[in-house]
Amino acid sequence: MIRYAVRRVALALVVVAGVVILTFVIADVVPGDPATSWAGPHASAAQIARARQYLGLDEPLPVRIGRYFGGIVTGNWGISIHTHRPVLSDIGTAAPATVELVIAALIIGVLAGVPLGLAAARWPGSLADHVIRAGSVLGVSMPVFWLALILQLVFAQRLRVLPVAGQYDPNLMFSHPLVSRTQMPVIDSLISGNWAMLGSTLTHLVLPALVVAAYPAGVIARMTRAQVLDTLGETHVQMVRSLGFPERTVFGTFAMKLAWNPVAAVLALVFAYSLVNSFLVESIFDWPGLGSYAAASVATLDTPAIVGVTLFVAIAYVACNLIVDLVQAALDPRIRLR
Amino acid sequence: MIRLLRANPLIAVGGAISLLILLVALAAPLIAPYPADAGSATHPEMALQAPSLQHLFGTDQVGRDVFSRVIYGTRVSPFVAVLVLLIACAVGIPLGVIAGYFGGIGDEVIMRITDVFLAFPSLLLALAFAAVLPPSLTSLTIAIAITWWPWYTRLIRGQAASVAGRPYVEACRALGILLRHVLPNSVTPVIVQVSLDFGGVILTASALSFLGLGAQDPTPDWGLMVAEGENYFTTQWWLVTFPGLAILLAAMAFTLLGDGLRDVLDPRRVPLR
Amino acid sequence: MKLEIRDLQVRFGGPDTRPVASVPELTVDGGEIAGLAGESGSGKSMTILAVLGLAGTAGAAVTGSVKLDGQELTQLSGAALRAIRGRRIAAIFQSPSLAFNPVFRVGQIVSRTLRMHGLPAGQARERADAAMRSVLLSPELLRRYPSQLSGGQLQRVAIALALALRAEVLLADEPTSALDVTVQAEVLELLREVRDSRGMAILFVSHDLAVIAELCDRVTIMRAGEVVEQGLTGQVIAAPRHEYTRELLAAVPRIGG
Repeated sequence: MIRYAVRRVALALVVVAGVVILTFVIADVVPGDPATSWAGPHASAAQIARARQYLGLDEPLPVRIGRYFGGIVTGNWGISIHTHRPVLSDIGTAAPATVELVIAALIIGVLAGVPLGLAAARWPGSLADHVIRAGSVLGVSMPVFWLALILQLVFAQRLRVLPVAGQYDPNLMFSHPLVSRTQMPVIDSLISGNWAMLGSTLTHLVLPALVVAAYPAGVIARMTRAQVLDTLGETHVQMVRSLGFPERTVFGTFAMKLAWNPVAAVLALVFAYSLVNSFLVESIFDWPGLGSYAAASVATLDTPAIVGVTLFVAIAYVACNLIVDLVQAALDPRIRLR
Repeated sequence: MIRLLRANPLIAVGGAISLLILLVALAAPLIAPYPADAGSATHPEMALQAPSLQHLFGTDQVGRDVFSRVIYGTRVSPFVAVLVLLIACAVGIPLGVIAGYFGGIGDEVIMRITDVFLAFPSLLLALAFAAVLPPSLTSLTIAIAITWWPWYTRLIRGQAASVAGRPYVEACRALGILLRHVLPNSVTPVIVQVSLDFGGVILTASALSFLGLGAQDPTPDWGLMVAEGENYFTTQWWLVTFPGLAILLAAMAFTLLGDGLRDVLDPRRVPLR
Repeated sequence: MKLEIRDLQVRFGGPDTRPVASVPELTVDGGEIAGLAGESGSGKSMTILAVLGLAGTAGAAVTGSVKLDGQELTQLSGAALRAIRGRRIAAIFQSPSLAFNPVFRVGQIVSRTLRMHGLPAGQARERADAAMRSVLLSPELLRRYPSQLSGGQLQRVAIALALALRAEVLLADEPTSALDVTVQAEVLELLREVRDSRGMAILFVSHDLAVIAELCDRVTIMRAGEVVEQGLTGQVIAAPRHEYTRELLAAVPRIGG
């Protein structure tokens, strides 16, 4: 197990290095001539040349990459053109809100997707099966920004059962001030026993989380169904049947244990996709997370911020994949024995 | 064939809708009641009218017929998807063949590069590229294609690697083996992957256009239409609902089709006997 | 212990469709190895599923009679059938490496089965260990995962499981086809021993007529779902009556004349 873990971590580090280089390409190489935009539209040739020297653009490529690398590793991810603050600190401020949203969405996705997938596999070809399959395709094909707008219109504005936007009711901050420790309002209100706040944060979380949960629920339902059906056709299932186990044990104990494998495998992918999906949804719900930050950065062409967010998410994705791989290897002996 | 379709009604539905979209795209000038509205025509005096018999989906903020624009939209996102997937295959497949068949250092290098690209969620990487390029459909296509090719490299590499077990003597013979064995075997998974990806690219393209990074006004892109209608949404619901519905329908149709093709073509699927 | 099959027919579809397996008469006595030979698609595997009462899981319907020591199995309720399945009629399969659930230790499957059939935990462990020793395997191996054991070892564990359950009938569906020739010989020897020491009735299904000729006392030959020839192995091989039997015999390579 240790040897497998070391191998996987080494591979992950190589990939991260490549990721940094790719973001360098995006940040530095693609957008025309930074020296010109830095120096301004009325700059003379001499001023542009000085700008180029100042920005280090006349240095050879390896040096520039090295400096970029060094900056990333030491925490210098550039200054946001829009907020004038270090990009990394902007990300740090915005990230918890997105993490809160994505985790909520994933919880809903797993709690909805796995049982539905199991049900579809238990009674294949039935009406329930067809409905569940259609539903999961619906979830996977859903344009999230559209779903967000629709749900917001229906539930928040027309029916008024749920709040329109924000993480919590700002008025509550006066009567029940929230102590911010983890920057995640749901958890903060939970640990400080601020029940009024907790209620408000939860109701505010419902719509955005449901929207972002559509994709993971769909994917997980499909995977679970496919995996269980595959497993049921395999020899070892026929064998335990031949040993006299009742079908519910065959399904519940022997087949189900293998159902988690693909769910775990796809969890990292789904996490990354949900992260990015939440980007599209946050500005609609005024959710102060990475998505709103990224949307604002795109609107203001804030390249350092865009690149910073991209790098952050990629590293998070690699880390996520790594963790999932290691957990899978711990659970399924076949993987680490290979 | 009929039996196949009846056993899997979802595929039939997916295939039918996909075909419908293709037909609509081809016949757009004939079907759309106000073709000029899909272009630069504007009629401010008719702005923001609710759906009616003259305007099935209503009119938008500059008076254009939403129905016509949605119809012409079938020429935008699906077209981008076709281009993206063509580029992705043109780049990804040869790289996969090289990596899988010839192995060695080339294989390692190509696969690490693939890993790096795949370390980014597609939408995010496309977003990053699209954000630093001047916003247009072309930039959008390039940005998405850049993020999509690695999937095909990985797909083909597996196929090529399984054929590569034997040592080759002359380059000509290697090419012969490539053409005769690797490519035909790979056609099926590629077809399945392309049809599954079609919906994904449409969703990605719409999302990026929604953010303003792709199609620009007056191009009748569905994602762009949703973005333009967002501010009026609370009262003029039709501006957002119909274009979004089109995205959903298109993505669903191609995904169902892809699912169905995989069920039918995937050699691993042994019928339960 | 006696397994009697009469007028067994297995069908996918209505009563008018052609059966995929049709066996008018097949009897296996205790202390005897009966062979069921035929190529792929001849209906041999479906026959085994039908005897186990599991044809339904493949989507097939069964008519006819299967009796174990005079008790009619086809009329039994689900629960009663499950009590017999595994406990009195055991089965071993073609690819032993695929026959064990990969995320369970081999011993876990064995002990669960024993306890499910009513054995208290302590006794279950004793029987399992004893059974492992009778198939010449160390009980230590029960702690391993299927991927850590060879095909031959896994097949022996499967046989050990049948022994631990004190099964009376063993249905063997191509148990050696996926194994090396030397390992195959060991498993066959084990089957002979089990037949002799426990008096088990063994139904050995295979496409390999040479193996059947070597192992089985009696043989039934199937082709395209129908029985074409039946009888004592020696007689059938010396004087085959059906054309197909002669073809099969001719196709078997002989070494050393």
